[in-house]
Amino acid sequence: MQLGRVVGTVVASVKADGLEGVRLLIVQPLDRQQQPRGTPMVAADAVAMAGPGELVHYVSAREAAQALRETFVPVDQAIVGIVDAVEEVSS
Amino acid sequence: MKIARVVGTVVSTIHAEILDHRKLLLCDTLDPEGEPDGGYLIAVDVVGAGAGETVLLLDEGTSARQIVDEPSGPLRTVVVGIVDEIDLAER
Repeated sequence: MQLGRVVGTVVASVKADGLEGVRLLIVQPLDRQQQPRGTPMVAADAVAMAGPGELVHYVSAREAAQALRETFVPVDQAIVGIVDAVEEVSS
Repeated sequence: MKIARVVGTVVSTIHAEILDHRKLLLCDTLDPEGEPDGGYLIAVDVVGAGAGETVLLLDEGTSARQIVDEPSGPLRTVVVGIVDEIDLAER
């Protein structure tokens, strides 16, 4: 899992089978200091609570397909949690 | 598996079910010399790793779910060991 920030939503009325009802959000991947890194991507919102501007953590690849209720929904990125806090410790 | 250092924790009350009651550790991935390689991962802790410790990260879903004994779910990265020592052959 990595950190991301929700920056938008995507509506697609015509979608592949299995994607019906899946909420699609645009997520800006963040580095460990929560700075933008890499290009925004579209993730399925598996917790259905993430709104614009929220800090989230997401998972990629096959695990994303297992994040939604019916497993193996065809997605490659999925939000699996809303981050309340990131407590860093200086080691 | 990857070598990493625990640099913090992630608090997330709203999350995917498989993460219930799990501690999420923020880990910098390291090169064999123990220096951060610029990457990071959020991992579920099953060995009680503390801040600043060098750990072993498993980053593959099937094994991760086997460790937490869950048939499916969006879990991929787990702290599976605390590293005591790394010996590198002289090059």
